[in-house]
Amino acid sequence: MGHPYIPNTREIREKMLREIGAASIDELFADIPPKIRLKRELKLPPAMPELEVKRHVQAILAKNKPFTQMLSFLGGGVWPHHVPAHVRSLVQRSEFLTSYTPYQPEASQGMLQALFEYQSMIAELVGLEVANSSMYDWATALGEAALMCARVTRRKKFLVPELIGPERFSTLQNYASGPGLEPVKIGYDRTTGQLDLGQLRKELGQAVAGVYIENPSYLGFLETQVDEIAAAAHKAGALFVVGVNPISLGLLKPPGDYGADIVVGEGQPLGNPVSFGGPSLGIFACRGETKLMRQIPGRLIGMTTTLDGGTRGYCMVLQTREQHIRRERATSSICTNEALCAVAAAIYLASLGPRGLNDLAELCASNASYAMKKLNAVKGLKAPIFDAPHFNEFTMNCTDTRISIQKLNAGLLKRNIQGGKLLRTEFPELGETALLCTTELHSREDIDRLANALKELLGGRR
Amino acid sequence: MSYQQARWIEPLIFELSKPGRVGSSLPGKPRGSINVPKELLREKLELPELSEPEVVRHYTRLSQMNYGVDSGFYPLGSCTMKYNPKVCEELAALETASCIHPHQAEETVQGALELMYRLERFLAEIAGVARISLQPSAGAHGEFIAMLLTRAYHKSERDGKRDRVIVPDSAHGTNPASAAMAGYEVVTVPSNARGRVDLEALKAAVSERTAALMLTNPNTLGLFENQIIDIAEVIHDAGGLLFYDGANLNGILGKTRPGDMGFDIVHFNLHKTFATPHGGGGPGAGPIGVQKELEKFLPVPVVEYDRKRKRYYFDYNRPHSIGKIKGFYGNFGVLVKAYAYLLLMGAEGLNEVTEAAVLNANYIMHKLLGVKGYELKFDASGPCKHEVVFSTESLKLETGVTARDVAKRLLDHGIHAPTYYFPPIVPEALMIEPTETEPREELDHFVDVLNTIAQEARSNPEKLRSAPTATAIGKLDEAKASREPILSWGTHRKSAKK
Repeated sequence: MGHPYIPNTREIREKMLREIGAASIDELFADIPPKIRLKRELKLPPAMPELEVKRHVQAILAKNKPFTQMLSFLGGGVWPHHVPAHVRSLVQRSEFLTSYTPYQPEASQGMLQALFEYQSMIAELVGLEVANSSMYDWATALGEAALMCARVTRRKKFLVPELIGPERFSTLQNYASGPGLEPVKIGYDRTTGQLDLGQLRKELGQAVAGVYIENPSYLGFLETQVDEIAAAAHKAGALFVVGVNPISLGLLKPPGDYGADIVVGEGQPLGNPVSFGGPSLGIFACRGETKLMRQIPGRLIGMTTTLDGGTRGYCMVLQTREQHIRRERATSSICTNEALCAVAAAIYLASLGPRGLNDLAELCASNASYAMKKLNAVKGLKAPIFDAPHFNEFTMNCTDTRISIQKLNAGLLKRNIQGGKLLRTEFPELGETALLCTTELHSREDIDRLANALKELLGGRR
Repeated sequence: MSYQQARWIEPLIFELSKPGRVGSSLPGKPRGSINVPKELLREKLELPELSEPEVVRHYTRLSQMNYGVDSGFYPLGSCTMKYNPKVCEELAALETASCIHPHQAEETVQGALELMYRLERFLAEIAGVARISLQPSAGAHGEFIAMLLTRAYHKSERDGKRDRVIVPDSAHGTNPASAAMAGYEVVTVPSNARGRVDLEALKAAVSERTAALMLTNPNTLGLFENQIIDIAEVIHDAGGLLFYDGANLNGILGKTRPGDMGFDIVHFNLHKTFATPHGGGGPGAGPIGVQKELEKFLPVPVVEYDRKRKRYYFDYNRPHSIGKIKGFYGNFGVLVKAYAYLLLMGAEGLNEVTEAAVLNANYIMHKLLGVKGYELKFDASGPCKHEVVFSTESLKLETGVTARDVAKRLLDHGIHAPTYYFPPIVPEALMIEPTETEPREELDHFVDVLNTIAQEARSNPEKLRSAPTATAIGKLDEAKASREPILSWGTHRKSAKK
């Protein structure tokens, strides 16, 4: 009997064994000491035919409730957007999907050119000269950015806002721990959420490698003092690092324009499914000067020509930074990255174009504006909690209602609405607050439905 | 020769742009105010403007200029480029997998948690370890997390002075790079004449400063480290931990397990061993497994099952955990594919995978040893495992043709190049990993082609060195590309204007 994925049948394998002079297949494993040979079969379920596997996995996954079957207001690090059908159909093409890292440029021009286009579009979007061809996700890209700041400046402190995404902060701490880098939190204005410039200036000094902000912030508001922060960081000889949701840059000034030296971010919303938070796409970009470019982690695709100079082509460049050449002195150990997600991002950006991305960003922001207005009008609710401009995410506080977010969310879920993310464990000082997100997936009616449901839940109690 | 890759003269997408075109539609127009001050708004954005058919044609053409394992034989050593069953793609794309949000209420993602819980148990059984974290995004990420766990372990044993990690000279570059990222000093130990870790050198290298040994088994020469029991003893006696690099797990499935060999931490490459496609560089997934004494340090959260409430849940209440190592819970889409693959194979299937993969490698070894110009530098006496490393040093001495030239010439025959010049301890190395998904005819053809190339090296070395010519493009000026890097369309345009 043949096996669907193993072309050589047992009969052929017997023949091959005889040809190489082996008495049995066991002879090929005779070099494994008997003491550590597994003398039983692995305890796994017996093999299933394709149809059965399909039914089995479908049945398990059917216990999930996708956000397409309810009304969801979740963001907070990954954001649901419509993925155009052709984006998925193109990245599913076998030639892209089943290739390895493009080590052989002559046979991998397609992937290389697509990644070069990705790098080009990201560089344009964030307003810097150089973007790599992807990191794992935003959190790890931030970790790598901190390490890069330390390498470039030979300093050991890294300043971050207190309202940083908590998962990113924890990841940063792990990345920073290797070279003994110290992340330090800078406080915020309780009314506006804006970074405390006084404290920033106090912390800045000879020891600071980098200053990091998120814009839009984890809680959705925009940082309006970007010029002051950039100037302060640069004056102290530190690098300025900005974390972004790339969709926002269809509307907002690119960080490169206000002095960012490095930009990191989460590329998932650019044509990639949310997929329970992974795979995602770490954006990593920096200014083009040699000092920075030579320290960037990850793969870089460059334009070149054939040896005869006649034809344009693409290949991996500056590989002497990378682990397979530089080993323990590499800029990072990253090898496998998120290339296919980057190709999806390139196709997505090329499909939307400047106009489409601008419209999309405006639509997301205007939905959030509308939602804040509607929710703020519900008695006992405050949205947003910070007096500042917002992009497509915002906070909603219900401390005054004496009902917890958790309870409200439970009530919403009964109405087939997934409410915002609870912030109490991450930021207890914000009280009963949730983080909500709107995108183009939401209509005004959807937002009205949320507001009405909350009104009902709150009103019903009084 | 009867191969020609598609060769489109395909401009960059920016050069195809025409003002006013758009390739997508929005569900509505922005309504009302957006409350963002003007000085925070961007002024210009130069993205390409194209309609959907133009975008589709462009990227379809690019895909045709890319070689994948679905295109043909891909014997890239250490990368396990096996066929990826299509049903796995279909399942990962289901809305019930791709459209769930990581912050959703736990009762609405029970399926995702259950799948992760089950996959964890499969992997723990395969590797012989106590517990798995599915979180790392890729192999090197898993290695890095393993090193963080190593440090957390020694610190909790009040043994924080251990600052050295040992790697063999045949190790993947990611090993020393990951150890260094975690703050460790890297000590390299040589291989012996049999291509295995030199046990005496290892004994001399360990000390009270040894934190861990990172080892791939079968190693990068495709050889089983048959002194592994002694190696484990040396490391453990010195108070160090043993880390298993899972890149070559395809060579031992169901035959032996890293845990039984004495390894304390293991990483997996789901995109190699468990058939999730590599996507031209990623995404992959690099879960790690640990023995009991390291369990409490694993990243948060871990998936648990509450038997009373019959509910799966994320456990964050783990005071000894190293914390987060990325956003959320791992590359879930990839995990779905690996889970489906393991169900397709079952225990018996995995055993067969390894037997067929190892047989294919030995078959190539046997056949290619009969071809002049290709020889083994280490231990031709016993079997190899899933891959075999040949040297073309004698061919180079005879004809001047290098391993790289041979690899490039393979592309002209519609075969992907093996890994070359790795491991660095083999001169003119060609690292060949056929995997179990290749039929015998393909292996015979491969050996025939290598024979043809060796003959061509003698008869027409100049022509050989001009290879490849049947690919989308000929040899590139890679030196120039790194000397004067052009990394974006914007930079290219600026430099072209000068």
